[in-house]
Amino acid sequence: MTVFLLRRLLQAGGVVLVMSLLVFVGVFAIGDPVEILISPEADQIERERAVKALGLDLPLWQQYLVFLGKALQGDLGRSFVFNEPALQLILQRMPATLELALGATLAALVIGLPLGLYAGLRPHSPVSRGIMATSILGFSLPTFWVGLMLIMVFAVQLGWLPSTGRGETVEILGTRWSFLTRDGLAHMAMPALNLALFKISLVIRLTRAGVRETMLMDYVKFARAKGLSPSRVTFVHVFKNILIPVVTVVGLEFGGTIAFSVVTESVFAWPGMGKLIIDSINVLDRPVMVAYLMIIVLLFITINLLVDITYSVLDPRVRLEGKS
Amino acid sequence: MSTTTAAPVVAPRVETPFRRFVSEFAESRLALFGLLVFGAIALIAILAPFIAPQNPYDLAQLDIMDGRMEPGTVGGAGFTYWLGTDDQGRDMLSGIMYGLRISLLVGAGSAIIACIVGASLGMIAAYAGGRTDGAIMRLVDLQLSFPAILAALMILAFLGKGILNVVIALVVVEWAYYARTVRGSALVERRREYIEAAQCLALPTRRIIFRHLLPNCLPPLIVVATMQIARAIALEATLSFLGLGVPITEPSLGLLIANGYEYMLSGKYWISFYPGIALLVTIVSINLVGDQLRDVLNPRLKK
Amino acid sequence: MSLPAVAAPGGPTLEVRNLRTHFFTRAGVVKAVDDVSFTVERGKVMGLVGESGSGKTVTGFSIIGLVDPPGRITGGQVLFQGTDLASLSEAEMRNLRGNRIAMIFQDPMMTLNPVLRIDTQMIETVQAHARVSREEARQRARDALGQVGIPSPDERLRAYPHQFSGGMRQRVAIAIALLHKPELIIADEPTTALDVTIQGQILAEAQKLCAQFGTALIWITHDLSVVAGLADDIAVMYAGKVVESGEVGAVLDAPLHPYTAGLIGSVPSRNRRGAPLSQIPGMTPSLLNLPAGCAFRARCPRAESRCAEPPPFAEYLPGRHARCIHPYIEEAVRA
Repeated sequence: MTVFLLRRLLQAGGVVLVMSLLVFVGVFAIGDPVEILISPEADQIERERAVKALGLDLPLWQQYLVFLGKALQGDLGRSFVFNEPALQLILQRMPATLELALGATLAALVIGLPLGLYAGLRPHSPVSRGIMATSILGFSLPTFWVGLMLIMVFAVQLGWLPSTGRGETVEILGTRWSFLTRDGLAHMAMPALNLALFKISLVIRLTRAGVRETMLMDYVKFARAKGLSPSRVTFVHVFKNILIPVVTVVGLEFGGTIAFSVVTESVFAWPGMGKLIIDSINVLDRPVMVAYLMIIVLLFITINLLVDITYSVLDPRVRLEGKS
Repeated sequence: MSTTTAAPVVAPRVETPFRRFVSEFAESRLALFGLLVFGAIALIAILAPFIAPQNPYDLAQLDIMDGRMEPGTVGGAGFTYWLGTDDQGRDMLSGIMYGLRISLLVGAGSAIIACIVGASLGMIAAYAGGRTDGAIMRLVDLQLSFPAILAALMILAFLGKGILNVVIALVVVEWAYYARTVRGSALVERRREYIEAAQCLALPTRRIIFRHLLPNCLPPLIVVATMQIARAIALEATLSFLGLGVPITEPSLGLLIANGYEYMLSGKYWISFYPGIALLVTIVSINLVGDQLRDVLNPRLKK
Repeated sequence: MSLPAVAAPGGPTLEVRNLRTHFFTRAGVVKAVDDVSFTVERGKVMGLVGESGSGKTVTGFSIIGLVDPPGRITGGQVLFQGTDLASLSEAEMRNLRGNRIAMIFQDPMMTLNPVLRIDTQMIETVQAHARVSREEARQRARDALGQVGIPSPDERLRAYPHQFSGGMRQRVAIAIALLHKPELIIADEPTTALDVTIQGQILAEAQKLCAQFGTALIWITHDLSVVAGLADDIAVMYAGKVVESGEVGAVLDAPLHPYTAGLIGSVPSRNRRGAPLSQIPGMTPSLLNLPAGCAFRARCPRAESRCAEPPPFAEYLPGRHARCIHPYIEEAVRA
């Protein structure tokens, strides 16, 4: 297990390095931040001073090495716009995004698993057909449009929920969280549901397909032949087998959820890092873009690692292979 | 022998694979409906310049006095704005018809290019094997592990707005799906006897790939392509909504929706709502077709 | 237990009368089991023989009440110790399953849930039918594993199925079937997937256990040699119907039905070394829209025009039934 972990960590390190190069070249090779940052009226000397201050006059590979060296010390540059360390900017906004993504994941499991289970156990009932039709909608509907519709119905027409923002927060361990206050929860409900939309459909489909496949297995019939109650067959024999792929996919999707929260955050003006990155792209604030991408890459690698470990805990067959 | 077997089999019509495909596809009325709706949408998009009440790009035809009119109002130009107007006084119905053109063009265009690029690379990976295969598949893994929306955002951030740029971004985020699909089925097909037979006949590689391998990889490719067109349309709309997609002069459905966003809070829902419905109907109809295609073409589900 | 009016001891453990189980598929009605009758006495082994697709397995599932849609029992009776199982509620049926009627499946690699430990899968079976503590349930599971010859059962209980070989898994499945000392065990080709030596061991154990507990056993198989060595009675199935039944020695020595004769003829034998194997021409017919009349007539050497009429399942010799209008009676009488 240790060897397995160590090898995975090394691999992860390699991926980070490659990604950092890609990100760096992608971000720094194209576009000209000077054009945006320095007013057109500025004279040549002022321009050159700014270019020097930002380190934009060095050759690209030197810029990369400097970038890499600083990155290892946790310095991903200063935002051109905010004139603050980019990493700090992003880390400040990360809890809001994480909170939203976790809320969405939770919602997806709580809503998706029971519906998928039902649709899998009774594939031909009208209710199941309804569930599946809705899940096609969940896949098809563009997130941002659903967000707009949610605002239109629940905020504008009915006035039940606040349309934008994060609401009242409570500080725990130095970061602010919304889910502990009524107001915060009210603000979170729509964005979380909006972000969960795709995942709910995904969980429904995975669960349903898993149930249908598992129900045909001999071991399920054997369990029934043992005289077990239907609920024991469903929730122990079938469900435990389904949980593995569902947890894997939902876990792997978590990174995607964080990435996709750029859309939801823009619609609901949720002050997370997704909104920050959209704003930064619009003004070509390159250090922030780089820092954001690096954080996302790290996040993805961590998630993959965690999912692998969870997987091996859930599936005894995998656990053994890891040992040998 | 077995011809005398008791079961009097009803003499079947000669069942070509295509005929069976059509009849199996038609088993789902929902999918047929989806196909019909999509056909209608495509027709509207193609014929937009002839059937739209107004050319929404022609500023001379727009009357700023007609801005933000409710659906059903008769405008200064004398015709009814059935779906209302936007802040520029643009007829939403015409805007949607023209927007559909852009959305479909970008969606289908990027899907086709991505399909060609991805399928070629996948085929090369499967056929060449070894290091080439390893390199291409690494790239695929990298691409697929990175969220499409982010990759597209970054590319557009550097290339700037524009229809062509959006297509490029979509191709970059989509090609990997095709590559993986084609490689997967090509690897399976490659081991089949008929490919070995073709190789024994010393047929040229090109011929083996295009005449023998590719046709057998088509079913999964068609399924992926259908789904990806819908995905591309949605992604384009999202990018445009975020202000990074098509330029304001050629609004797609996503941009139309974005334009209406600020008016939504004041109750002027139609500017965002109707383009959204058009987008929704388009994507759902494609997905309905794709879903049924997958069921019909997936050998695993065949009993 | 919950069964009222259990028939007096001495009655058969199981009596299947004209059982019909049909599958209503989109392509048509598949008559997987179509008029099947046989009787299994206490402590006896009934060999249910037939080619794949002849309806043996569906017969087994019909008895234990686990036919899934689109399948349905459409007629006939299954009398378990005199009680018609069709009259029982689903809850009462569940009380029987795994408790008084147990089943062993064909593929041991597939019958145990891969993500649950052996102890979980055994204890749940004990506790499904007996109000006992977890500890006692575990004790019973351990005993059952010992009974079927699994060494160091304590340790094995904590293992997962993938840590067992196929033969071991089948023993575990048998141990699970034995947990409540059932009156009837339905074994669906339990040794087909195993090596010959392991097959022999399991057969010997099955026989021993039957004698020990007076358990009636239905042994579903396509292997006549297994039946010859194990069973007391035999029922031969073809295309969803029992075509011949009777005492195993008598049937195998001198079959009445041409199909049984053909089946016996195609078994390689030591006595007829060098002689060409006879074979049954043609293939098993599709069960979909099977026409009336004898389903075997297309392959039968004795077929005649009268075979287009459905033949009766008649008792041609004492205790020996056949579904044929021209059975090999003289040969059977001579034997």
